[in-house]
Amino acid sequence: MTAAGAPAVVELEGVGRTFGGNPPVDVLRDVDLTVTEGEFLAIVGPSGSGKSTLLNVLGLLDSPTAGHYRLAGIDTTTAGERRRAGLRAARLGFVFQAFQLLPHLTVLENASLGGLYLGLSGRERALRAERLLDRVGLAHRRRARPATLSGGERQRVAIARALVAGPSLLLADEPTGNLDTASAASVLELFEELHAEGTTILMITHDPGVAARASRGVRIVDGRLSA
Amino acid sequence: MSRGRARPWTHVVEAMAGVSARPGRLVLTMVGEALGLAALVATVSLAGTASGQVADHFDRAAADRVTVQPEESRAERGAVLPADAEERIRSLEGVETAGTLTRLEVDDPARTVPVVDPQAPPDPTLPVLAASPGLLDAVDAEISGRRYDAGHVARADPVALLGAAAARRLGITDLAHGPAVFVGDRALTVVGIIDAVDARGELVDSIVVPESTAARLFGWQGAQSLQVEVAPGAAETIARQAPLAITPTDPGALLASAPPTDTTLRERVQGDVSSLLVLLGIVTLVAGGVGIANIMLLSVMERVGEIGLRRALGATRGDLMTQFLVESATVGLLGGVVGTSLGFGTSMLVALARDWAPVLDARLLAAPLAGLVIGVLAGAFPAWRAGSLEPAEALRTL
Ligand SMILES: Nc1ncnc2c1ncn2[C@@H]1O[C@H](COP(=O)(O)OP(=O)(O)OP(=O)(O)O)[C@@H](O)[C@H]1O
Ligand SMILES: [Mg+2]
Repeated sequence: MTAAGAPAVVELEGVGRTFGGNPPVDVLRDVDLTVTEGEFLAIVGPSGSGKSTLLNVLGLLDSPTAGHYRLAGIDTTTAGERRRAGLRAARLGFVFQAFQLLPHLTVLENASLGGLYLGLSGRERALRAERLLDRVGLAHRRRARPATLSGGERQRVAIARALVAGPSLLLADEPTGNLDTASAASVLELFEELHAEGTTILMITHDPGVAARASRGVRIVDGRLSA
Repeated sequence: MSRGRARPWTHVVEAMAGVSARPGRLVLTMVGEALGLAALVATVSLAGTASGQVADHFDRAAADRVTVQPEESRAERGAVLPADAEERIRSLEGVETAGTLTRLEVDDPARTVPVVDPQAPPDPTLPVLAASPGLLDAVDAEISGRRYDAGHVARADPVALLGAAAARRLGITDLAHGPAVFVGDRALTVVGIIDAVDARGELVDSIVVPESTAARLFGWQGAQSLQVEVAPGAAETIARQAPLAITPTDPGALLASAPPTDTTLRERVQGDVSSLLVLLGIVTLVAGGVGIANIMLLSVMERVGEIGLRRALGATRGDLMTQFLVESATVGLLGGVVGTSLGFGTSMLVALARDWAPVLDARLLAAPLAGLVIGVLAGAFPAWRAGSLEPAEALRTL
C-alpha cells in the first residue's frame, strides 16, 4: 500500500461546500481527507451524496465555502483564478464519465490536448501522447476518430490525455459509468497498472464493486466522509 | 520546457482547428456577411466606374461657363443688367470672354422678301436675340460668313446673323448675294450664319442682331443675361464673385449660376445610382454580423463540454474568450475576403459586359478588414459567454 511517511498530495481540512439558494444546501460538510503520493483511492457513495461536488473541489473547478485544501503542499484556498488554472494544468489530470473527447480530432490529436495550457510545445505534447497511447494499448488507433472507438477505448484515450502533462493526481469521476462490464474491466485494469507504476489516483464511483479495485476506499453519505 | 500557461499562438491554432472542424457551418456563418460586403464593394466600385463613364461623356466645354442674370422676381418686373456688366466681369481673374444676350419681344413674322405673298404659306415667327460681339466668343460660336464687328455696332447697322436652323427655315443657303431678312417691316442684312455653339443652343434657331441695332429697331433697353467663359475649374469661384463685381452696392440683385462641376455631377450620379444598393449592402452586412453572433453563440452552447474540458486542462477564462474571439474574427475575415472577391468579380463582369473600363478603388482592399472587425464585434458576446461558463457546470454530464 502506501509507504509510511509518503508526502501528501491532497490535504482537506474541514472542507464544506454550501450552495446558495433558498434554503441553502450543505452538499459537503466538514470533510477531512488526506491522499498520499502513490495511493489509489476510491470514494464511494449513493447518488446525490456529494461525490461530484467533492471531485470538483479537489479538481479546483469549484471552491469550498469552508475549510482548507492543500494540493501538493500549496494552499489553494487563497489562490486566484490564474494560479488555480496553472495548478490544474500542471498538477491534475481529469477523467470524465462522458470522456469529453473532441469528435473532429483524431485519437492522437485528442490525447495531445493534455499539456496545451501548460505551454508544452505541440511536438512535445504529440511525443508524450504517442508514448501514452502506446501505454494504454491504442497506438494502432492514433489516426482514428473517437466515434469509431468502443467506450473502453475512448476512456483509455481520455486517460492518456490526462497523463500527458505528468500530473501529481489523476481525478476520475465515474470513469466506468458509461461502460459495459468488459470495457469497465479494461479501464480498471489500466488504473491498477498505473497505480503499480506510482500514479496517484482518486476515483469516484457509486459502484462498490468498482471501488473494491482501489487500494483504499472512503464512503461519502450526505456530504460526510467515513472510512 | 513548460511555461505554466498557454503559448502565444495556442489560441490561434486552436481557433483554426475549431473553425476548420466544421466547414459547412463556416460557410453558413459567413455567407450573410460575405454577401453584404460583396454588394457594398460591387456598388462602390461600379458607381466609381459608371460615373467615370459619365464624366467622359460629359461636355467639358459646358463646365467652364457661368451665366449671370437679374434675380428672378426682378427679372419678371423687367430688370436688366447694368450697361457695364460685361466690362466689369471681364476684370475678374479667371474670366476668359464674356458677352450679353437678350431675347427681344418680337411678334412679327420673318421673311426674305419685302412684300407679303398671300399665296405662300404663312411666314414663321423666329426668335430675335440681341447679342454683344463678346457673346459669340463666350459660346464659341462657329460662324460661316462674317460676324458683325465694332463698326456695325457703333453705327447700329441693320445687320444680322442667322442661326443655321433659322436660315434653313427661311430657305437661305448661301451668303454670296448678301441676303436680307425682313422682321415685320425691318430689313436686316445677313452677314453670317451661326452653324454651331457650345452653349445657348437657342442661338441656332434665332435671328441675332447687335444690341445697338436692337435698341434702334426693337426697343432693346438693356441685356437680360451675361454669358461668361471662364478658365477651367474657375466656374464656381466666378459665379460667387460675379454679383459683387457687377453691382457692388446690391449684389443680391443678380443671380449667377455655374453648371454642376465634374465632381458634383459625379457625386450626384453616384448617389442616384447607388444609395439604395449601399443601404441594401449595409443592411445585409448588419444581418450578416448578427448571423455570425448567433451561430457563434450556438457554437458556444454546443461546445459546453469542450469548454469544460479546456478549463479542466488548465485554460483560464481569458484563454477561452480569446479562442472564441479569434474563431469569430477568422470567420469574419474569411467572409470579408470572400465578399470582397465576389464584389470585385461582379463589378469586373458588369464593366466588361458594358464595355466600361473597370475602375478599381484600392481603398476597397480594406474591405476584408471590415469583415475582421465585424467578426470581432459579433464574437464579443459569445466569447464572453464561453469565458463566463462555470467549469463545474460545463462538465456536468450532458
Ligand atoms: N450548483 C448547485 N446548486 C445547488 N445544488 C447543487 C449544485 N450542484 C450540486 N447540487 C446538489 O448537491 C447534491 C450532490 O450533488 P453531486 O453532483 O455532488 O452528487 P453525486 O454524488 O455526484 O451524485 P451522482 O452519483 O448522481 O452523480 C445534489 O443534491 C445536488 O442537487
Ligand atoms: Mg456525480
